[in-house]
Amino acid sequence: MTGQTTPDKLAQRAAQATPQAIAKRVRGLSDRAIAWIFISPTMLLLLAINIFPLIWTIQLSFTNFRANRTNAVVKNVGIDNYTSILSDPDIWAAMQSTAHFVFWTIVLQTLIGFTLAWLLDRKFRGHGFWTTIILIPMMLSPAVVGNFWRFLYQPQIGLFNYIIAFFTGVEPSSFEMIGSVQLAPWSIIIVDTWMWTPYVMLICLAGLRSIPDYIYEAAEVDRASHWRQFWSITIPMALPFIMLAVLFRGIENFKMFDMVNLLTSGGPGSTTEVASITLKREAFEKWRTGFSSAFAIILFVTVFGLANIYVKALNQVKSR
Amino acid sequence: MSASSSSAHSVVEPSALTKRIALGAVILYALITMIPLFWIVITSMKSPPDSISYPPKIFFQPSIEGYCNLFTNQTRQTPEYLETLPPPQNRCEEVTRQRNMVIVGPSNFLKRFANSLIIAFGSTALSVLLGTIAAYGFSRFKVPLKDDLLFFILSTRMMPPIAVAIPIYLMYRELGLSDTKLGMILLYTAVNVSLAVWLLKGFIDEIPREYEEAAMIDGYTRLQAFRKVVLPQATTGIVATAIFCMIFAWNEYAFAVLLTSGDAQPAPPFIPTIIGEGGMDWPAVGAGTTLFLIPILIFTVLLRKHLLRGITFGAVRK
Amino acid sequence: MKKLIAGATALAASAMVAMTPVSANAKTITLCWAAWDPANALVELSKDFTAKSGVDMKFEFVPWPNFADRMLNELNSKGKLCDLLIGDSQWIGGSAENGHYVKLNDFFAKEGIKMDDFMPATVTGYSEWPKGTPNYWALPAMGDALGWTYRKDWFAKPELRDAFKKQYNRDLEPPKTLDELVDIAKFFQGREVDGKKVYGAAIFTERGSEGITMGVSNFLYPNGFKYQDPKKPYAMEGFVNSPGAVKGLEAYKALYKCCTPPGYTDAYMGEGLDAVKSGQVALQMNWFAFFPGLYKDEKVGGDKIGFFVNPKGSAGSGSQLGGQGLSVVAYSPNQAEALAYIKWFANPEVQKKWWSMGGYSAHKAVLNDPGFAKTAPFAADFLVAMGQVMDFWADPSYAQLLLAEQKRIHDYVVADKGTAKEALDGMIKDWTKVFKDDGKL
Repeated sequence: MTGQTTPDKLAQRAAQATPQAIAKRVRGLSDRAIAWIFISPTMLLLLAINIFPLIWTIQLSFTNFRANRTNAVVKNVGIDNYTSILSDPDIWAAMQSTAHFVFWTIVLQTLIGFTLAWLLDRKFRGHGFWTTIILIPMMLSPAVVGNFWRFLYQPQIGLFNYIIAFFTGVEPSSFEMIGSVQLAPWSIIIVDTWMWTPYVMLICLAGLRSIPDYIYEAAEVDRASHWRQFWSITIPMALPFIMLAVLFRGIENFKMFDMVNLLTSGGPGSTTEVASITLKREAFEKWRTGFSSAFAIILFVTVFGLANIYVKALNQVKSR
Repeated sequence: MSASSSSAHSVVEPSALTKRIALGAVILYALITMIPLFWIVITSMKSPPDSISYPPKIFFQPSIEGYCNLFTNQTRQTPEYLETLPPPQNRCEEVTRQRNMVIVGPSNFLKRFANSLIIAFGSTALSVLLGTIAAYGFSRFKVPLKDDLLFFILSTRMMPPIAVAIPIYLMYRELGLSDTKLGMILLYTAVNVSLAVWLLKGFIDEIPREYEEAAMIDGYTRLQAFRKVVLPQATTGIVATAIFCMIFAWNEYAFAVLLTSGDAQPAPPFIPTIIGEGGMDWPAVGAGTTLFLIPILIFTVLLRKHLLRGITFGAVRK
Repeated sequence: MKKLIAGATALAASAMVAMTPVSANAKTITLCWAAWDPANALVELSKDFTAKSGVDMKFEFVPWPNFADRMLNELNSKGKLCDLLIGDSQWIGGSAENGHYVKLNDFFAKEGIKMDDFMPATVTGYSEWPKGTPNYWALPAMGDALGWTYRKDWFAKPELRDAFKKQYNRDLEPPKTLDELVDIAKFFQGREVDGKKVYGAAIFTERGSEGITMGVSNFLYPNGFKYQDPKKPYAMEGFVNSPGAVKGLEAYKALYKCCTPPGYTDAYMGEGLDAVKSGQVALQMNWFAFFPGLYKDEKVGGDKIGFFVNPKGSAGSGSQLGGQGLSVVAYSPNQAEALAYIKWFANPEVQKKWWSMGGYSAHKAVLNDPGFAKTAPFAADFLVAMGQVMDFWADPSYAQLLLAEQKRIHDYVVADKGTAKEALDGMIKDWTKVFKDDGKL
């Protein structure tokens, strides 16, 4: 590429010099045509598989349709589905379980992930290798992970209790993670943190790497302590990335289904029944399609609304 | 914002002690985090009774029963019947006969694994293809309502998969796409393309327009400029996007379990249902998990450099 | 970059090609069932059908915890995976009313298959919808009920017999009442037998599909639990939450809390089998379907294992009905061959062979045979059980009713929420709502 100091001016002059008809032929397909050809397949696919179904879901949410009774009469029930969802204590319990799960996984993954990223950013020998090792849990299927952690959490034959027993001296069979009402919510948080901390670490690492050296150098010249540098430079500049990681993990864990369903089936009782598990039972086991469509819309609006607010905050942080 | 240079300035380079502490802490974390995975891999090499012994066995006699059970269907027979059969052809048959069982045919695992390969690669290729050209379109051209469309594309990722599955289930039932690989490829592509567009737009935005415009002055058409100028520079972004799309499609469970059952079922819904003669056949499940991890591991390790750069750019852009 | 695009399009193209369906062989039909011992026996038995008719059999077996989900999903999406389906007894209502199963009355009439040849409990339970009317949607294929096994060799140990007699003032024998069962479980819980710590009982506590409901029914039915007023359909108050039922539910929770192995919070058939085969428990609750396999087991079978029917409670006896019927899927393109299979299966000779291979025939020719009780150590108990079976709702909304009971019972028994009466009252509330939605109340 020739280094052009005023490429736009050159392009302009070249364009002016070329007669209209030749210009069109020279450039082949017009830009507008290309734009539409490039964008429309994606938009069509999203329209067909996201928008149209979303509209259909909204329409279904006002009916009492059941997907397993295609012969039954379908009638419009107005907002009955919505009111019964919002007044159903079981649904609120599911939302609570979900909120507990989302909150603690975000807290733990951010703390551990950022710490790991900071340590890796010290750039010791072999840090590339260890980064790759740490990434491995992220590459597993959440469903398969939920399934084999059930094996690991078994009090008698599983490894987890024995390791805890090794370090703390309690009897391995004296407690159980997935079966106890107090510990089951933590069992799912531990597994999710095990799986996704590397993801948060990657984003934080990108954030840390984006901070240019000269800022630290300037701080050194000003004789700022390392502690001071960390709080005044590192954290604020990495904050957009941290917040982005929190956003992604938050949205993903709000939607969480496979790992929890295979680990605990929502049990004991309904202690770990997160929103998606309730939704799946309503939609694909009880076949209350209209009702579950309303629940789906409520979940979507919730995430959408929260994400919107959050993104506005994120943009503010970025523009500082 | 420049990426930090690797040439060390002595004022910002961490001290040797800090580096050693960091190395130690990271190694500790890596080892702890590898223990569950290590356990699953060695479980795949245990015999079924060993895998459910209590306390758990760290030292054991390795056996290929897990892998044999994963790939074959077996039934129990009486010892007298076993006498009448021809001698075992291979190690798996030997091992099976020792437990008074006989191999009656291949299991569904290989078929499910193949389905995973087809669906994951197919949808990744399609998402990256559609995503690249759409990202280029959004990046270079004045598209009406561009910001709204981009946010809409991102918001399609906010519905729980179960919620999306409800109307898709009905739609596919009508269109005959239930339990088809084509249906799953379209669905995964639709889910991935939003991330793909978003990430790739970030990359393509970084590529200065001047290069294409210079090429077009030199006589290239827009399309040729796209192919010869933009794409080579966007390779990192494309590869990083492909990795994320691949990981999602490879490991997806919710849509797979609801929309497929026989023909098109990939591996994730299958692996947690491998039972032995009582409860779960943990060595076989371990074997399935291990084998299923390998392709994605290879894919990611080979392309790991692009992964980090991918996060950087995708994350900074909005 | 060109290579990458070319590669990508090649991949996508080859993906499309890989998906072109292979034309199906008209002479192969697929039978879908749960993946368990009797299914393996059926594979062997069906070789006879292939030999006689030339039609090849393919099988699709799904483990029990996933069976209902997967098969009902398949039926609801009008899938063509299964030509024949051995579906659970509770699916009859929904499958009949939503057109998933082929109605078999005409076929039975044409081929001379008489429902009178099968045990009445199995006809009502596995074939009829609505219940009590001569509309048949399945051929009774597998009779089953919930029973118990125990370690006969441990019960025979002199030191244990002495200790038990001293503590409870009676002999260590298979229990005749549920209270005796709990005593025996308590006796064995934590005891050292043959150098290993063992536990009292392996019972059903599974949350995800139907486990804990099936298990708790064995404690509810003998204590007077009824699903509804016999004189007034769907009137549940006083029958679902009768004082006896409350006591029965409390007893089940007590048994769970005192006498099960650690970590037994989500256990169903497979876990019970594992517990017995690894020598962990003295008693085990499980379906009769597994007893042939357990009896043949090298480690815990033969003389080491004994069987008993569900013991009596305060209001008499009752066993939870299991079992399935064989149906033709309405969306199958091979209905003629599928019906031929049913005709073959209904033959008394085939039914006798079915029993000998480990399948539980429901045919009178097998069960009413005078020598039947001697054919296996559990055969007599099986007859008693089938004489006292009760089944869960088979209404089209059965899934909602089942999920409600699963939640309420698991919440109370495992998650320690509320009292037994509250759990049963809550169940009535949930069920009333379902029946109201359905227009039955």
